Amino acid sequence: MTVYIHGMGAVSPQQIWNEEGHLSSPNDYSGVRLSCIEPDYAQYIDPKFLRRMSRILKMGVAASAMALHEAGVKIPDGIVTGTGYGCLEDTESFLRKMIELREQALNPTPFIQSTHNTIGSQIALLLTCQGYNQTYTHEGFSFESALLDAMMALKENPDQIFLTGGIDEITDTSHKIQERFGIFRKTFASSLDLFNPSLKGTVHGEGAFYFALSGKKGKETYASIDSMTTFFNPTDEQLITGIREFIQSASLSLEDIDLVLIGKCGDADLDQATEDISKQSFGSVPIGLFKHLSGEYPTTSGFALWLGARIIQAQQIPPTVLSKSICPLRNVLIYNPYFRYYHSLILLQSC
Amino acid sequence: MAKLKNQIIEALNLKHLKPEDIGDDQPLFVEGLGLDSIDALELIVLLQQQYNIKLSNPQDGPKIFKSVKSIAEFIQKQHGA
Amino acid sequence: MKDRVHVAGLGVISAIGNSVESTLDALRTSTSGIGPLTLFDSVHQGVLPVGEVKMSNSVLADILSLPSHLTRTAMLGIHAAREAVVNSGIDIKSWRTGLISATTVGGMDKTEFFFEKFLKDQKKGQLRNVVNHGCGRSTELIAGDLGINKYISTINTACSSSANAIALAVRMITAGLLDVVVAGGTDSLTKFTLNGFNSLMILDAQPCRPFDSHRNGLNLGEGAGFVVLVSEKVKKAEGMNPTSYISGYANTSDAFHQTASSPEGRGSFSAMQKALTMSGLDLEDIDYINLHGTGTANNDLSEGTAITRLFGDRYPKLSSTKAFTGHTLGASGGIEAVFSLLAIDQQCVFPNLRFETPIPEVGITPQLSFETGLAVNHVMSNSFGFGGNCSSIIFSKEQR
Repeated sequence: MTVYIHGMGAVSPQQIWNEEGHLSSPNDYSGVRLSCIEPDYAQYIDPKFLRRMSRILKMGVAASAMALHEAGVKIPDGIVTGTGYGCLEDTESFLRKMIELREQALNPTPFIQSTHNTIGSQIALLLTCQGYNQTYTHEGFSFESALLDAMMALKENPDQIFLTGGIDEITDTSHKIQERFGIFRKTFASSLDLFNPSLKGTVHGEGAFYFALSGKKGKETYASIDSMTTFFNPTDEQLITGIREFIQSASLSLEDIDLVLIGKCGDADLDQATEDISKQSFGSVPIGLFKHLSGEYPTTSGFALWLGARIIQAQQIPPTVLSKSICPLRNVLIYNPYFRYYHSLILLQSC
Repeated sequence: MAKLKNQIIEALNLKHLKPEDIGDDQPLFVEGLGLDSIDALELIVLLQQQYNIKLSNPQDGPKIFKSVKSIAEFIQKQHGA
Repeated sequence: MKDRVHVAGLGVISAIGNSVESTLDALRTSTSGIGPLTLFDSVHQGVLPVGEVKMSNSVLADILSLPSHLTRTAMLGIHAAREAVVNSGIDIKSWRTGLISATTVGGMDKTEFFFEKFLKDQKKGQLRNVVNHGCGRSTELIAGDLGINKYISTINTACSSSANAIALAVRMITAGLLDVVVAGGTDSLTKFTLNGFNSLMILDAQPCRPFDSHRNGLNLGEGAGFVVLVSEKVKKAEGMNPTSYISGYANTSDAFHQTASSPEGRGSFSAMQKALTMSGLDLEDIDYINLHGTGTANNDLSEGTAITRLFGDRYPKLSSTKAFTGHTLGASGGIEAVFSLLAIDQQCVFPNLRFETPIPEVGITPQLSFETGLAVNHVMSNSFGFGGNCSSIIFSKEQR
């Protein structure tokens, strides 16, 4: 089910949408929230529509526009979106008003924009794209579900272009509530030092990533997604076996993998478990990390996919990911665990 | 009128406009400002929140919300009568 | 020629019944489940009628032997999914089984309760009321209950959610990724959605009148509907004799407006047409359409227009069962899939309650009574959501 990346777009805590360097000067955050560096949305969205759009909608529309622009495509055949939390800001806004105003005289706009599929539909609306449109919201597999859907669709119709995205936002409320669950670091000095060492708690991230995918290679295509799989709440043994079988089913051996991007998150216990799996699964394959750049949230695989593809394109690994020079970079594997229950593997290849 | 225009700008998030940009008689929907059905609902909420006027039938909206002037006249009528 | 995907089991719970059997009884006797709001305190109590499942959370939890702090959405889902699996007679653990569910509210029924306390003091509110807020959490609770972990996912495309879940299940079985899939959706009534739809001014203060010239909006409902789908291989291995299979489906986008459907119903027209094309059927092969038919001015006009554009004045028997259940949002595709399959199973069609006058611009008169003794071989079920997400599925009778 190989699909080719024709274009990518991103709004992230790292300066990606106008990047000149290859993450050579990554942003360092001293707080536990890694918030997106946002572009001037007026570049991507008519002010007439912009006025009503919440932040997450703007992020999604901008990222999708960037991806389509790089792909040289006006209207895709399908739009598939994955979001773990959905449109939080509008959900909270309506909920708050509903309680404060005791259900009287409530503004409809936040309610309309609170449903998870608003992002994908807004993109379709602005493009007048009447094709397939789907939104997945399944915790740490939201983006993976979207990607699988696109891969299945493109296997059936390889000539088509599917815009496939992963997007999640942080709000004050969502951060506060998750903080109460004890998943974030209590004190924090530097996101770039997230793993030096891993301590109790991770950092909160957000991001919007869209990919214009096709079943056919384009003239300037530099990377393809060969395969993808997920494991829900596996035992260590199931995971290790699963990783081995995944690599084998791609007709590869461990020696063929040039780099593994691993989603360690900075939490000591979780990272220890991840390291144990990695040692047994990846041997001496070079390992790069990325969540000190993206933060942790349900759809970080979008960030990882973007990073892996850019690494293949540049044939260079940003030092902040791994201080090592590897040449050539043909097979990049992403292993992304999310809070013990969700584990995904994506295999990227150069083309 | 200016106060009403400010309230409309606020309610509909028309941040790129100032009261003087909106003509008293300028059509608000379709042409003119190009507002839509969601904006109409927001204007109904505005009437309730700011002027204590409850519009139970959204079908009355198009007539009342034709222009800022027609909204002002409607408010006056509701309060004066 | 792709192998068929067969329907092995059904499960449903809604305002008109807690099981397939009681649901069929209600449909047969034209017994609507729309009534007063009792589930939570609201200024809309006594004002807005709703389609409540006639069981409180504690009764549900008791019947299901589950902790009562679970979200209503999850419990309704577990109730219906369990019925579907039992109904299928398969040991789902012996196959590569997936669960594809759908929900729009997720755990909001508990979250809105948490939020009231949290707003006053951010240290207040019990975390267990918000831990299952995410849509995916409802699905995982259902999966955990059924013992499914091969593939689990959740779709949220507003009112077309569970129709999309069923279509995705068909695709995954056809692609050889799964053998058996429990697919459908669940949504519970919440203060959030009730007030949300009220702010859009599309709720009827009377029991709704889908497709009627004097319709005045929708009534919100709640419930869950699941089907168990199996591959040809499973059907043979299990020695099954299913009644129906899925012959066509489509997902399109209206791309007109966030809440309103295009006047010409382009998204719904396209969804119906594509589903028909996939099925290989002709227009006259469709014996019954279970309409999306919410009862709003906009949907019914748009859907009606799309139907007359597609079928002309030779439209099949059709009805909206939302006059029975209310609009069950994310669950509607799943619940109405069960109704569509019952129509095939029982060779009957269901009435469109409270209809008097056709919509003038469209001129469609729906089915007015429960009718049996018909040839019902192919049923189309429509689900159209906010954001312009349009889905249509065609269920077909297995020919012996």
